[in-house]
Amino acid sequence: MTMTDNRPNTVIGTRLLRREDPALLTGEGKFTNDLNIPGALHLAIKRSEHAHARIIKIDTTQAKALPGVVAVYTGADLQTLWAAPMPCAWPVTPDMKNPAHYPLAVSKVHYVGDGIVAVLATSETISRDALDLIDVTYEVLPAVVDLDEALSDKVILHEELGTNSSYTWPLLIESTPGCVEEAFKNAAYTVKERYVQQRLIPMAMEPRAIAAVPQPFGGDVTMYSSTQIPHILKVMAALTLGIPEHQLRIVAPSVGGGFGSKLDVYAEELLCLALARKQNVPVRWVEERSENAHATIHGRGQIQHVELAADKEGKLTAVRFRIIADMGAYLQLVTPGVPLLGAFLYAGVYNLPQAYDFSCTGVFTSLTPTDAYRGAGRPEATYAIECGMDALARKMNIDPYELRKRNFIQKEQFPYTAFSGLTYDSGDHALAAEKATQMADYAGIRKQQVKQNVPGATKRLGIGMASYFEMCGLAPSRVLASLNYGAGGWEAATVRILPTAKVQVVTGTSPHGQGHETSWAMIASEKLGIPVEDIDVLHSDTAISPLGMDTYGSRSLPVGGVAIAGACDKVIEKARLIAAHQLECAADDLDFANGLFSVKGSPDRSVPMAALAFAAFTAHNLPDGLEPNLEAQYTYDPPNFSWPFGTHICIVEIDVETGKIQVLKYVAIDDCGNQINPLIVEGQVHGGVIQGLAQALFEEAVYDEDGNLKTTTLAEYLVPAASDVPSITTGHTITPSPTNQLGVKGIGEAGTIGAAPAVINAIIDALSGLGVTSMAMPASPQTVWRTIQSAKK
Amino acid sequence: MKVSITVNGKKSEHDVEPRTLLVHYVRENLGLTGTNIGCDTSSCGACTVHLNGEAVKSCTILAAQADGCSVDTIEGLSKDGVMHPMQQAFMENHGLQCGYCTPGMVMAAIGLLNENPHPTEEDVRLGLEGNLCRCTGYHNIVKSVLAAAK
Repeated sequence: MTMTDNRPNTVIGTRLLRREDPALLTGEGKFTNDLNIPGALHLAIKRSEHAHARIIKIDTTQAKALPGVVAVYTGADLQTLWAAPMPCAWPVTPDMKNPAHYPLAVSKVHYVGDGIVAVLATSETISRDALDLIDVTYEVLPAVVDLDEALSDKVILHEELGTNSSYTWPLLIESTPGCVEEAFKNAAYTVKERYVQQRLIPMAMEPRAIAAVPQPFGGDVTMYSSTQIPHILKVMAALTLGIPEHQLRIVAPSVGGGFGSKLDVYAEELLCLALARKQNVPVRWVEERSENAHATIHGRGQIQHVELAADKEGKLTAVRFRIIADMGAYLQLVTPGVPLLGAFLYAGVYNLPQAYDFSCTGVFTSLTPTDAYRGAGRPEATYAIECGMDALARKMNIDPYELRKRNFIQKEQFPYTAFSGLTYDSGDHALAAEKATQMADYAGIRKQQVKQNVPGATKRLGIGMASYFEMCGLAPSRVLASLNYGAGGWEAATVRILPTAKVQVVTGTSPHGQGHETSWAMIASEKLGIPVEDIDVLHSDTAISPLGMDTYGSRSLPVGGVAIAGACDKVIEKARLIAAHQLECAADDLDFANGLFSVKGSPDRSVPMAALAFAAFTAHNLPDGLEPNLEAQYTYDPPNFSWPFGTHICIVEIDVETGKIQVLKYVAIDDCGNQINPLIVEGQVHGGVIQGLAQALFEEAVYDEDGNLKTTTLAEYLVPAASDVPSITTGHTITPSPTNQLGVKGIGEAGTIGAAPAVINAIIDALSGLGVTSMAMPASPQTVWRTIQSAKK
Repeated sequence: MKVSITVNGKKSEHDVEPRTLLVHYVRENLGLTGTNIGCDTSSCGACTVHLNGEAVKSCTILAAQADGCSVDTIEGLSKDGVMHPMQQAFMENHGLQCGYCTPGMVMAAIGLLNENPHPTEEDVRLGLEGNLCRCTGYHNIVKSVLAAAK
């Protein structure tokens, strides 16, 4: 079924206001650090001041003597508590090098912020005061900050590995051996560029917070954590700590944003759990902002060598990409796999013969570990191909929109089997681009540019576009197996109709701002014909929702939402048997619409779902052999990824004397298939676009040569404010996915993926008349001004 | 030291350490956890409250400095279960996602309209530059404030 038809009772597709909002707007919403936990000890962590050093001596005498300090532990003290090192769930190659990583460093530290000593005290302030009384003697070793230097192995960070390279992951796809090289030799045009994806700090507004609470009498522990992944965390914490999994309950209360940074198993979570069990009292921890900048994962961090080959029409004939990806000091949960989430996407939304040469080398540095950050591998891939396409258009001296049109995979080619063997479910790239160019008045801006960008002009106009697609709906479990990912990609749901016809939907997704409670209730309402306000959505507590794969990678709707629809189907099928029994007809003879079963051809013989729920509860008169109650659990393993797409256009005006960029307009046309709630879809696009735009213009984790982070606060790391960014013009096309019953694709990361290349292409477009052909991110006024000056030379 | 502060119309008295910030006072002494902490540098504005009717970041004020003052937090905005028009506008315009910056953003927005009842979009963007949001891209926050001003 498709959900776009215009039935009178349809709730899907409406701009229903979010049920999450009242609690969050009135201060009633409880984030982890808002929880009142009597008797809790506070954990604080002494962290390394050096990027790379040997620990010679740790003196905790004074800290232990501070009144209110209950215990002080070094890494060596706790080493017997760990059943295994901290987990990396994605060994991308059989020979991937993965240094043992423990919650506290034992003999060496590998980045500024690496944990060394844990303090437990009766208050948060005392626990932090104690940190200043701990004396660590180091033998300082050289830091490794630069990726090329890391690759040279002049300084090896983890001696036991013998190299700083963690892995090299090649993907060479050729129709005939040597055809990539051949295509480059015969190309009418080639492009060769080097792009840098700077390191970014996710900076969710809620710093991480944890409270591990031993339960009396049972030996069980409940851990509240500001996490995106309560379910995965439960499995991993059980394995790492050797706690029987059934004795562990994880709850994610209201979570104040994640963007991938809370998609991890963190040292602090394991420390809180281990120490709460050791002391048999609750242990809590809350992150300071500068701690967040140092000890919560970073994103991006890549050098991209980009080569495109094209024929005389500009049609791509081969591509070659060499990626060096910054792993940071250790491999966190999915660190090595993040760049590979983009590995299949570097040819973008374009027809390409089987001539694809990609490889990625993951390399250790003495910096904060990287991991998934909104888009995770796909923004990087999209940037490489979309900025590369503009470089190709400049080389050919044709309009970049025209070049894209010549290369787009066409609507009628879908489902499209790509060079990689992956099947792109549905799409209409030309339509999305056409709509975006119309809304941005692309042709008009081109005309205005001719007038405005004359020699000597101080304010130059630029327009840039990016046509993106992404691979989300992570993921078919069998495909994940082929990528050596350590888990499946399914999602679970339970739908339970209570005796009074109220509904509980239990989901394995774990929202942190996405509005799942609202959207999931809409799906169940539509399916069951029960009013949306009669449906409750339960989530983010492993005692209530024991099965789940959590929220990341724009997977929640195309996997978790579809699981809910599937669970509803099972409930409806069971109710149908009861209805048939009551109406004395065959189950096949019943229609189900708007919450009512009625006999085909005699609509007056009918029974509503509400009555069936009560009948299933009393169980007085059920068909022989049918279990009482209306409840079903369904686990959905998607048959394919979903492939959202769209075109973003940015228009900028640049003051060439100051380098200041003004974004005049930003148009985002996104196609995520059918939309459950357009209000929420737009919100996801707005937020995503500004995060991508912020990578292009503002944000960078800056390190000095000794590996000290210079951007440790929100005063130094430029998360944009309202005054720094434009309004966004959104629009959409709707191309339902044929691979799931809701026709949905996912929208959480789209904005971030489209934005950075659209903005950078606009900037280069504005300045190309001055000889500028590239622009580093973030394109700060200084960077823009310097680039203009060096182009003049 | 002893402080006496009227919070959401209710007088409170507590013995606090001199270093206690107003944000810690409302969160820890009064249990009003709607006011959030997002940074250590007075950059994010998540802790914005009203002090004698004016929007301030409660991490920039010592509880001692608020002695004898009147403080309003997000918990005091709704009356008889009905949300303040600014809260309502945020809800109707999807001006929040994760909700962590929201209490501070709403308090700052009310402060903004108190000073400038009919702002332009630019006025709103400049007026809220002390409050950071990572989820919404500000588009719908600006829309919410403009709607509340109508």
